Amino acid sequence: MEHQFEVKNIYEYYAQWIRQGKLNVNSDWNKDLKIKFTVQDPCQIVRKSYGDPIAEDLRFVVKTVVGEENFIDMQPNRSNNYCCGGGGGFLQSGYKAERLEFGRLKDIQIQATEADYCIAGCHNCHAQIHELSEHYGAGYGVIHLWTIICLALGILGENEREYLRPDLKDVAVYGS
Amino acid sequence: MSEEVIKLGAKKKSRFMDKVMEILPEGGNLNLCLTCGACSSGCPATGLDGLDPRKFLRMAALGLDDEILKSDWVWMCTMCQRCVYACPMKIDIPQLVYHARASWPREKRPKGILGSCDMALRNDSCSAMGASPEDFTFVVEDVLEEYREAQPEFAEMQAPIDKQGAYFFLNQNSREPVTEPDEMVPLWRILHRVGADWTYGSKGWGGENYCMFLADNEAWEHIVRTTAQQADDLGCKVFLNTE
Repeated sequence: MEHQFEVKNIYEYYAQWIRQGKLNVNSDWNKDLKIKFTVQDPCQIVRKSYGDPIAEDLRFVVKTVVGEENFIDMQPNRSNNYCCGGGGGFLQSGYKAERLEFGRLKDIQIQATEADYCIAGCHNCHAQIHELSEHYGAGYGVIHLWTIICLALGILGENEREYLRPDLKDVAVYGS
Repeated sequence: MSEEVIKLGAKKKSRFMDKVMEILPEGGNLNLCLTCGACSSGCPATGLDGLDPRKFLRMAALGLDDEILKSDWVWMCTMCQRCVYACPMKIDIPQLVYHARASWPREKRPKGILGSCDMALRNDSCSAMGASPEDFTFVVEDVLEEYREAQPEFAEMQAPIDKQGAYFFLNQNSREPVTEPDEMVPLWRILHRVGADWTYGSKGWGGENYCMFLADNEAWEHIVRTTAQQADDLGCKVFLNTE
């Protein structure tokens, strides 16, 4: 299929904008809170499209906004990461019991990090991991990548915190 | 001892796997399996519906077409390609799964995926939730205005639709404009902060493509063509996936 544009993913740009100083963000908000984060490598973006280099960009962004000492990687990770079970249409396919069983591996991976939140930059991952946290009872939160970036920038309003746990509802709220 | 010569299977049956191999580059390496099991050992779908990637491939190789083509497992494999990544022979099992999905009569495929694909075919938005270009435009403009008015620092924030010549063409998952519009705002804020020149398209803005998951090639292509055409018509340099 012919086209004139290039296809890119925004993780690459987040990293570039931070390196260029256009996105002036840091992890000061989390210096004392020490809330721990892990990150889901979306299969479509990492393994299936851009490989480990974009996984590195993703980690650079995440470490910048939450603090390197507050980031714990899942094992395995990057191109070798496990699918969460939200992709391929699984969320809409009606096989719910099987989808949750599929996600058991992801839940074990996340629980092993002991992170308070899993950062998900992909909607399907977000929905599935959120459900895994409730279903298996671990209670970790799931947060969008753009949400945590805005929180660290101090520009996340109170109406943009739908999915956050109480521990982040009141942190660095914009306009208050 | 019988005098008769025993003849094995008079005519070689054409397998489903052969048809798939004809379509794929290098035949998807489907006949190179060493049966090592690296695929299955790292596959979250292993054990569901009594199957796993190795078993699925072996069954295909043995010509057990009825069994694999009737199995619900093809809808439980997410085609995440971890099996390909782990495989020493780079066998494309997900493509075998995709073509098995495509062999199901369309109306028998999972209702949820089918419904989401059909929704995307209703109008030019290509949104799996069926939202029209007008609905999308209204929601974006409405939310933007609300935030611009309430927050002086963001009074100049933009969320353009069909801005000719914008550098970035963005797609948007339908869930936000349809069910939780405030969740669109963080991304806009970041783009505003860095001064990015971007636009949504009134056509092909839907960021999801359930027709691909449905294995409906024609509808999948229609959606990709619609969104690609819009990005080209607007003269955008970069099609930016935001997830």
